[in-house]
Amino acid sequence: MPAVRGDGIRGLAVFISDIRNCKSKEAEIKRINKELANIRSKFKGDKTLDGYQKKKYVCKLLFIFLLGHDIDFGHMEAVNLLSSNKYSEKQIGYLFISVLLDENNDLMRLIIQSVKNDLCARNPIHVNLALQCIANIGSREMAETFANEIPKLLVNGDTLDVVKQSAALCLLRLIRANQDVAPAGEWTTRIIHLLNDPHMGVVTAAVSLIDALAKRSPEEYKGCVSLAVSRLSRIVTSSYTDLQDYTYYFVPAPWLSIKLLRLLQNYPPPEDPGVKGRLNECLDTLLNRAQEPPKSKKVQHSNAKNAVLFEAISLIIHMDRLGAAVEPSLLVRACNQLGTFLQHRETNLRYLALESLCLLATSEFSHEAVKRHQETVVSALKSERDVSVRQRAVDLLYAMCDKTNSEDIVSEMLSYLETADYSIREEMVLKVAILAEKYASDYSWYVDVILNLIRIAGDYVSEEVWYRVVQIVINRDDVQGYAAKTVFEALQAPACHENMVKVAGYILGEFGNLIAGDSRSGPMVQFRLLHSKYHLCSLPTRCLLLTTYVKFINLFPEIKHEIQAVLRQDSNMRCADNELQQRAVEYLALSQVASQDVLATVLEEMPPFAERESSILAILKRKKPNMTEGIQASAKENIKAAQDILPAAPPPKASDTASGMVDLLGLGDEVIPESARPVKDESQEEQHTVSLGTTNEEGLHKLTLKNQGVLFESDILQIGIKAEFRQSLGRMSVFYGNKSPVRLNGFVAALASADLEGIQVMASQVDQAVEAGAQVEQTINIEAVGFEIEKPQLSVQFSYCGVPQKFQIQLPVFLHKFLEGTMMNAEAFFMRWKNLTQPSQEEQRIFKSTQAMTEESLKLSGFGFGVLQGVDPNPDNLVGAGILHTKQGQVGLLLRLEPNRNAGMYRLTVRASRDGVAKMIVDALEPHF
Amino acid sequence: MQFMLLFSRQGKLRLQKWYTAHPDKTKKKITRELVTTILTRKPKMCSFLEWRDLKVVYKRYASLYFCCAIEQTDNELLTLEIIHRYVELLDKYFGSVCELDIIFNFEKAYFILDELLLGGEVQETSKKTVLKAIAAQDLLQEDEQVEQGIQD
Repeated sequence: MPAVRGDGIRGLAVFISDIRNCKSKEAEIKRINKELANIRSKFKGDKTLDGYQKKKYVCKLLFIFLLGHDIDFGHMEAVNLLSSNKYSEKQIGYLFISVLLDENNDLMRLIIQSVKNDLCARNPIHVNLALQCIANIGSREMAETFANEIPKLLVNGDTLDVVKQSAALCLLRLIRANQDVAPAGEWTTRIIHLLNDPHMGVVTAAVSLIDALAKRSPEEYKGCVSLAVSRLSRIVTSSYTDLQDYTYYFVPAPWLSIKLLRLLQNYPPPEDPGVKGRLNECLDTLLNRAQEPPKSKKVQHSNAKNAVLFEAISLIIHMDRLGAAVEPSLLVRACNQLGTFLQHRETNLRYLALESLCLLATSEFSHEAVKRHQETVVSALKSERDVSVRQRAVDLLYAMCDKTNSEDIVSEMLSYLETADYSIREEMVLKVAILAEKYASDYSWYVDVILNLIRIAGDYVSEEVWYRVVQIVINRDDVQGYAAKTVFEALQAPACHENMVKVAGYILGEFGNLIAGDSRSGPMVQFRLLHSKYHLCSLPTRCLLLTTYVKFINLFPEIKHEIQAVLRQDSNMRCADNELQQRAVEYLALSQVASQDVLATVLEEMPPFAERESSILAILKRKKPNMTEGIQASAKENIKAAQDILPAAPPPKASDTASGMVDLLGLGDEVIPESARPVKDESQEEQHTVSLGTTNEEGLHKLTLKNQGVLFESDILQIGIKAEFRQSLGRMSVFYGNKSPVRLNGFVAALASADLEGIQVMASQVDQAVEAGAQVEQTINIEAVGFEIEKPQLSVQFSYCGVPQKFQIQLPVFLHKFLEGTMMNAEAFFMRWKNLTQPSQEEQRIFKSTQAMTEESLKLSGFGFGVLQGVDPNPDNLVGAGILHTKQGQVGLLLRLEPNRNAGMYRLTVRASRDGVAKMIVDALEPHF
Repeated sequence: MQFMLLFSRQGKLRLQKWYTAHPDKTKKKITRELVTTILTRKPKMCSFLEWRDLKVVYKRYASLYFCCAIEQTDNELLTLEIIHRYVELLDKYFGSVCELDIIFNFEKAYFILDELLLGGEVQETSKKTVLKAIAAQDLLQEDEQVEQGIQD
């Protein structure tokens, strides 16, 4: 047993040794159960335990918990320890609480009382214990209780440094728990001035706090920029001996430096020339220092030094992103420095260098400098032994790709794909597909690349990828013949991926006639080749092929009989799959009944697809939001060039959407819901907060019953919604209107999380910039999968006058949006009503009306119910019915609403054919009556 | 930082510190997932992982793995050095620390960590200052023990 320092608890050490000596899992559990029983009896026993014993048992419980067992008692004893006058007992009490207690525990009041006492203690060690406890629990309740005390401790001149440090971080944790408690007003200057504190430890702790506060209200904390720059400058210019213990392996104060560099990334570059000059000097020095020979061979030295360097590069990239005049040379030097890391023997450095270069590749000043490393990156792809590093190399190649190197990069990626790890194949396929499309100057190259993708990694080619190639071929008539010829050749391979059959089927069905002139690929040859794959394919592919066949009947009337024979086969006409069977029957009938003219009209070539954002890009974005943003921001000319060669998009349908937008966001006050107005005032002051999570509640409430209206409004931005739901599917247009007189840059609106419970949501991209007074539109596709629907959050960020803004709002997507009203007569209604009698199928609630008791019928139909007339004998009662559609199935809903106008009450009864659904519906309906 | 885990080569958890609230079940799930992932990685591989929407930084010291989950914007290299500083502190306090020290004195390991990091942020990086704070705690304890001795 190792020596125990401080005051050893012998009983604990013995117990731990016992556990360690247990030979089997069973023996260990047995020993633990014995101990638990012992402790339980001690706690319950008549003999009062002294502090030492309590401490010992609490400690044992803690140990048992850390072994992974559940502990359901002893909390009270731990809380008792808090008021012990012995420090060591108190400390164990606090430890138990911080490790084991969740914030909703009943004992929280008692704990808060003890914390309060310790916070006023004279001994700073006790005060710190209390602060640590507050920070460890960090609940909203803690925040509300202590938010007033802690700032006082923090700025009070008499407070000891150690206490100040804890107070700063404790306050930070409380603000994270509850935004509202952030100190404001007079506190601001005093907190900012902690940056000047002579004690390095205090500054280190305070910068984290200031960083969080600055994110929340950048304007208020703007003053920190110049102080942070001078503090940074003092560290950077100091020699490592000046800072004594704050020097870490010859690197002066790396933690503080990095926190300061991060803090500065909340702001645009300083405007004051003096401050700006000093900051540039700092960055310059940090880049220079990277070139200097290391002062130590230890990895700690190099890590700390490079950590600061990477953070400095982050700041340089940040300033460049905001379009500020960073010395372009800084960017290029950063690239060169990172380039040397690409061949460093430390895997960690290679990984990080690849990651940072990815960001640099997106700046127009450094894009070329990054491209110089293409060869090294390609060889990393081949030689790195760690898949996560190879993944970074793929990301970087993707980011550095432009018109000039796209063919090389795509071909390198294709050849790597043959041996790539399975874990990254799918993503690589998407990336190759996107690059090929974006930079294709010649669409036959694009077709070749995609077909190669299918050949090499067919299993990883998602539907979207092959849909896209079909879309492009259909939209561009110059590539159709080539595509038909290529897929025909591809089909001749003995083993051919099913995705290839799909593409070939579709393309030959449309454009097979273009190659039919050559007798080697005549109509019959095409048909037989395709049909030779038919039996190996899955049902959906067979269905697709049947469509190809019927299209062949139109293209090549001469092989009609052969095709009809295939359609007539039992395996098709009598197929167990109803989709396939239906196609076979209908196509056959069509070919028999319709005249050649009718056939030609029905089976005409597909019209061009509406040009919209590549669905592939959307998938990649969903997987890696950061990555694609980078690409979006990347060298603009490339993107433009790519757009030029894309087929001209059909003119946008101006009529319906545009007029909808005018209604929503224009001047028509009568259309803007009244309730959206008050939101404005609240959001004004919260404009800079990181999270505006709740400010769209009003809009959200209104949109529960409507599919059109204003979701959110502030002085800068208005967000309007127009949605349509059909069965389990929904499509929502979100309109972002810039109300300010300046352009909003770096505009990004994306789903906060694409992986939601019970619902699938996909959002299109929005333009990067919104001009003053203009608006942009985003389309969101929704599908209800289950009945418990998580609420999708939209995260919106942009920079307004150089100040980054970010907030989240909830989208008005609720379960009942997928409710479709149905009509039925009284007899049918009551028959169904009587069938739903299980308690779990019904929810009834009697409640006081909170609104005017009018327009009930309108509200119910807005909610989605069909309101039935003449069903209820009492004409004042309302009765409704509807069907809820989700991918998981349908649920019938019946409703009865009985107003009692004299008492101002309602009785609401909902019955549903699925357990639990009725309650959800009542919950959603009640607030509207 | 969102959380820190210490576990042995056998996958036994030795210390866990969470800086954001999660239900116990989630904590267990996260721990299990990360321990398995990290233990299967080879020694020469890089110390950083992308994991859910966080970054995971880990390092092995003898039989113990130290693993931290940090936010996207946090600095990976310096997180490695936070781990190292913690190891140094443990080493100085216990005198060439080993896994057993941490098992038998897990409470001390927690107290030292609380001085280095608070609420997931670096609080004090000076080795001397942290050790002084811990020494002051120990002194208080020893005084109390003497008192107890006198009373007995």
